[in-house]
Amino acid sequence: MTVSHSYDAVIVGAGGAGLRAAIETSGRVKTAVISKLYPTRSHTGAAQGGVCAALGNVEEDHPEWHAFDTVKGGDYLVDQPAAQILTEEAIESIYQLERWGLPFNRTPDGLIDQRRFGGHTANHGERPVRRACYAADRTGHMILQTLYQQCVKRDVRFFNEFYCLDLLRTDDGRTAGVVAYELATGELHVFRAKAVLFATGGYGRMFKVTSNAHALTGDGPSVAWRRGIPLEDMEFFQFHPTGLYRLGVLLSEGARGEGAILRNRDGERFMERYAPTIKDLAPRDVISRSIYQEIKEGRGVGPKADHLYLDLTHLDPHVLEEKLPDITEFARVYLQVEPTREPVPIQPTAHYAMGGIPTDVHARVVTGPDEQVVPGLYAAGECACVSVHGANRLGTNSLLDIVVFGRRGGQDIAEYCNHADLPDPPAASTADTVAMLDAIVSRRTGDNVADIRRELQDAMFDLAFVVRTEESLSEMEEILTGLRDRYERVAITDKGTVYNTDLMEAVELGFLLDCAATLVAAAQARDESRGAHYREDHPLRDDANWLKHSLAYRLDDGSIKLETKPVKLGPYVPMERKY
Amino acid sequence: MATAAEILETSEGRRVGATHLITLELRIRRFNPQVSADPWWDEFTVQVDPFERLVEILHEVKWHHDGTLTFRRSCAHGICGSDAMVINGHNALACKVLAKDVAPKVTIEPIRGLRVLKDLIVDMDPFFDGYRSVLPYLVNDEEAPRERIQSQEERERYDDTTKCILCAACTTSCPIFWADDAYVGPAAIVNAHRFIFDSRDRAPRERLAILSEKTGVFRCRTTFNCTEACPRGIEVTKAIQEVKRAILFDRT
Repeated sequence: MTVSHSYDAVIVGAGGAGLRAAIETSGRVKTAVISKLYPTRSHTGAAQGGVCAALGNVEEDHPEWHAFDTVKGGDYLVDQPAAQILTEEAIESIYQLERWGLPFNRTPDGLIDQRRFGGHTANHGERPVRRACYAADRTGHMILQTLYQQCVKRDVRFFNEFYCLDLLRTDDGRTAGVVAYELATGELHVFRAKAVLFATGGYGRMFKVTSNAHALTGDGPSVAWRRGIPLEDMEFFQFHPTGLYRLGVLLSEGARGEGAILRNRDGERFMERYAPTIKDLAPRDVISRSIYQEIKEGRGVGPKADHLYLDLTHLDPHVLEEKLPDITEFARVYLQVEPTREPVPIQPTAHYAMGGIPTDVHARVVTGPDEQVVPGLYAAGECACVSVHGANRLGTNSLLDIVVFGRRGGQDIAEYCNHADLPDPPAASTADTVAMLDAIVSRRTGDNVADIRRELQDAMFDLAFVVRTEESLSEMEEILTGLRDRYERVAITDKGTVYNTDLMEAVELGFLLDCAATLVAAAQARDESRGAHYREDHPLRDDANWLKHSLAYRLDDGSIKLETKPVKLGPYVPMERKY
Repeated sequence: MATAAEILETSEGRRVGATHLITLELRIRRFNPQVSADPWWDEFTVQVDPFERLVEILHEVKWHHDGTLTFRRSCAHGICGSDAMVINGHNALACKVLAKDVAPKVTIEPIRGLRVLKDLIVDMDPFFDGYRSVLPYLVNDEEAPRERIQSQEERERYDDTTKCILCAACTTSCPIFWADDAYVGPAAIVNAHRFIFDSRDRAPRERLAILSEKTGVFRCRTTFNCTEACPRGIEVTKAIQEVKRAILFDRT
């Protein structure tokens, strides 16, 4: 049975970007937010350290300095006009969050307090600057709560535990709505809409060690990709230097902002060698590669010499208690380490997708090198690629991205819906979804979803992580071909319709495999090193050939076609990236 | 500052990975309306790393023993609030309990006082209805060109209750809530407290009026179950007492 709904705007995903957009659209156009989780479970809530804006509350700062850092941090793959918007609109966005009640930490004068963060500097790289506004080490939690509270205030219509499985487009390419699966009942729902915004987050679950929630399986990017939308810059995936050893649980860069130090087996502060000016506050790609190098040269710690230490022992215990309480607890609970006395074992952890669904600065989805707008289709947050993060995102800029471009998307949607009409959905709207689900449910025997996922995660960690080569990526491509083939034969145990999470995990795996395939294809093609994409066989940046974005399309036979589009440059001329 | 030698010395002997596996017997309360009108118990025995999180052990069971086992989870490190369960009789997040803490046997049940929909999944709507009833958002329409000023002391006043992740561990540990689901419950009061004691808010009286009704704070009998259950370490009972006092003495 299929249930039908009609809305002006449908927002898919209820993390920071989706909620921020919903605040703009609700009250102006008829809006539904559909989310496979209860909104407050979204992964925005796991962000810790802060959200940057050049408020200048504790020392001199300027949006232009922030823009420069963002472009340089992104290894010049950032679209510079977008970075200017991000950093200029940051200031009002933070004030807005404060006025909605976000409990930021305060200065002695009662202003929003600010702390240091990786790659954020004064006057174009001179020294670290206090730019990150924060609420202890639960800034993302407070942003998610505050935005959800504002949605409650506005009585936004939520469809919780509804899983979006397909995008509906008309023959002439307009957006007509989505198909969603209601987890509680197994029913399919067709949501007709003039505009759809994807805000579904990332896909870190393709890697064995990740800070990402189980739910982060690339749903939005894959659904769009299967309907002809390209994915941009998929080869750029951020590996955060300080994940809890083996678990990948994030330990905020805010810790290093407060003075924590990375050490190798000799107790050496090794970042002094790799980034002499800003040391432990170098951007994440630089530090993760430095950690790789330390381990490779035998200076790792532990029985396998496969990790390093984050040392907080010299910090005032009050700093840990008041400004970093959650990560202190993570170390205690999960590793039984007492951070006030002992260094914390860490390793790089898959953290953030710079790539995703290509959009312009109004969050409108665009395709091709000439950026044709797809009418009625929008994306914001981690699932989108504006691109403000380029080849490597700076810490805190993701929380900024969701509030700035969530708001912009919501505003554009409200205007668009006021003059657009509601397209007729294609005939047999649910046919493909029904076929996909039936194939999985009806198979009596077949491959195990968890086994395929585990093999994917292990192989991506070994072959497409911090360091890549032509050889490792070719091997990964071959493995993926095998895994995708086996995926066509997966079988599940649960055949019911009530909360069939067995089925949901099978669908999620299909989305993850799509994202992994585009990531590997784009990484193979890019024979240079830039930002988070490090090719050991091509260790230098190659601006002559590769100062451009990649676009990965799905062809009808399931194979991948790559093309490129120019980077939008601006005042900052690419130069060698030193810290 | 610690010297390199001191750092290394203190790091010796640390547990950074299991050297052996342990046996864990799980007893899980099951329910599936498409299978039976009554709940039943299932038992599983697994070999696990003693430092493994219980939520990942449930995954091991789901992925390799019984794919129908159903529970909510997402972040797996105590931030998203999806996986509150009754673990050996006490409410906790399955992602913050380690195997070694419950071995050799663990009993897992759905949280109480909310309708069970399937296995460990309960109907969360009544819980969120309680939350929504207390005006859980800042009320203040005064113009502010930049941020509002709030002193560090004023910010500290409501710090504890901003930590809430709405997991329902507190509310579903409360015997008053079990007996009367009209009671808004500890979590809703915690979220009201967060605004009542925020110097920027202009609607504390409205919230106190809501909470002074018969479904509000005076149902609380101070059993402290909620404080013990909170995975975020919030002093829930203390927050409820502060709200009671604010109503009785008309002050925030």
